[in-house]
Amino acid sequence: MSVLVVVECAEGEVKKSSLEVATYGAQVAAMLGTTATAVAVGEATEANLAKLGEQGITKVLYDAEPRLKDFVNNAYTKLIATAAEQEGAQVLVLANSNIGASVGSRLSVRLKASLATNAVELPKTDGGQFVVKRGAFSGKAFSDVVLSGDRKIIAVKKNSLEAQHEAGKTAEVVAFAAQLSDADFADAPKQVVMQEQTGGVLLPEAELVVSGGRGMKGPENWHLIEDLAKALHAGTACSKPVSDVDWRPHHEHVGQTGITISPNLYIACGISGAIQHLAGVNSSKVIVVINKDPEAPFFKAADYGIVGDVFDVLPKLTAAVKELN
Amino acid sequence: MKFLVCISNVPDTTTKISFTPDNKEFNKAGVQFVINPWDEYALTRAIELKEANAGSTVTVLNVGEADTEPNIRKALAIGADDAIRVNAAPQDAFFVAEQIAAVAKDGGYDVILMGKESIDYNGFQVHGMVGELLGIPTVAPAMKLDMAGTTATLEREIEGGKEIVEVSTPFVASCQQPMCEPRIPNMRGIMTARTKPLKVVAPVGDPARTQVAEFALPPKKQGVKLIDAANAGELIKLLRNEAKVI
Ligand SMILES: Cc1cc2nc3c(=O)[nH]c(=O)nc-3n(C[C@H](O)[C@H](O)[C@H](O)COP(=O)(O)OP(=O)(O)OC[C@H]3O[C@@H](n4cnc5c(N)ncnc54)[C@H](O)[C@@H]3O)c2cc1C
Repeated sequence: MSVLVVVECAEGEVKKSSLEVATYGAQVAAMLGTTATAVAVGEATEANLAKLGEQGITKVLYDAEPRLKDFVNNAYTKLIATAAEQEGAQVLVLANSNIGASVGSRLSVRLKASLATNAVELPKTDGGQFVVKRGAFSGKAFSDVVLSGDRKIIAVKKNSLEAQHEAGKTAEVVAFAAQLSDADFADAPKQVVMQEQTGGVLLPEAELVVSGGRGMKGPENWHLIEDLAKALHAGTACSKPVSDVDWRPHHEHVGQTGITISPNLYIACGISGAIQHLAGVNSSKVIVVINKDPEAPFFKAADYGIVGDVFDVLPKLTAAVKELN
Repeated sequence: MKFLVCISNVPDTTTKISFTPDNKEFNKAGVQFVINPWDEYALTRAIELKEANAGSTVTVLNVGEADTEPNIRKALAIGADDAIRVNAAPQDAFFVAEQIAAVAKDGGYDVILMGKESIDYNGFQVHGMVGELLGIPTVAPAMKLDMAGTTATLEREIEGGKEIVEVSTPFVASCQQPMCEPRIPNMRGIMTARTKPLKVVAPVGDPARTQVAEFALPPKKQGVKLIDAANAGELIKLLRNEAKVI
């Protein structure tokens, strides 16, 4: 019996969400009295993979096949399934990311495993049951699900637990060949296009997010959002109507039909706080709302608020951050 | 080209969520159910592609009990040709995927579309399970879908960017915006939908692999701490010293 953790890498680095997943996997292994092995996907360096020891991983399997640099659903699924069989893994842990959801769902069929996505806490194993708490109803509720199969797969929501860093601990990196054929790469991407990120911070991975709504009046005012985001090293986001009218790109739209985020800090500027918007952000640890309407529903969900004009308040906040730094 | 579009029946997006007193089930009392908003992207794109490719058909599929039929009829009113309802309460994602795969296996569908996830269960799982059960590729989540003959070109969202993927039919894709502008039914659509075929079939497959033990609501917020706009910089100090997030 063992725990297998899937870590996603890009440009040589292990993604932040995968450091959290590695920590989660190591803690599940400790609960079950076993060790956690990782299998790396994407482009990784051996030195960075060895550092997964800091999160409690003992061994990392890595297939250096160059075509695995970008996500290929079939190839990744086969690679991870092969690793799971080799390690006799009873529990698989991955990120609740687009990659995690794509391969996790295929793997659950291939390995005849019970799958819980959107997990927000470590599993509970009392009473012989294996229970995972997950987000449901678009962030408006939680559900405890019992994974009844012999094998279990858990996709962990970003920012649900803090990655552990035990300095100096290293994992053994082992070359791994999943024996992939050309047919496994039939659904390989023809092209990969990366978007420009404000200040280089990727929204789904961001710990701090500054977001703007229709109250920003137009794209020409977005520098106010960007200035504050840059000063804070934060990602930027927006409400749906803002992306619908192309003031901002669609990948920045958060909410029920956009992306769901759970940063440590979410600053909402000129956003009313409609229930569909809240659904994407209400698991943020701290919510700040800036709105000139004291009756804006968002104030009910906020921890801190300023009733005021964004055009007056935002420059003041940016100046205050610069003063701190 | 034969399109199969899977739709789920979910609480309206403005629903205040509550549960039965034992917290075992969602409280449906007074709740309006709608077509899952993500599924509307799948449905509309399938209809657009049907219109652009003469001789194509769009079948909608729902796994649900009789109370989902108004929303199935709505999908027919938007422009689907016929519908299938698998007569069962959805138990978990795997159960639903098995039903979809069973219908798809005998139907000769070229393209199976669905939304990225349902806004109630938020599984983001069914697409991959269906693809794996049928042994065909899955592209999830897809932001763009174009067809030329039996080849589809899709844009798949990845964290921080997109992949351009080409697959041959048959395949499964889970859809999200900005794939298309979801359509609303017009009067003519509503009239014709009444006479379109809706077939009810019995469920197949294994027992569910997951069970919900309990639902819970998030803890209530403490209440907002207001800072005077004239003194906005104070907020930054509070975020550092009190909330400790920056
Ligand atoms: C099925 C469905 C799905 C949806 N999904 C999403 C989703 O995923 N995400 C999403 O965001 N929305 C979603 N919506 C839309 C949602 O209902 C709201 O319409 C939307 O969130 C409103 O965006 P907003 O707050 O930016 O704009 P508005 O509601 O127009 O609010 C603008 C706010 O800015 C304030 N304001 C104006 N000027 C200033 C100023 N100078 N200074 C300070 N404040 C100012 C106003 O007081 C107001 O509160 C969905 C709707 C439906 C029906």
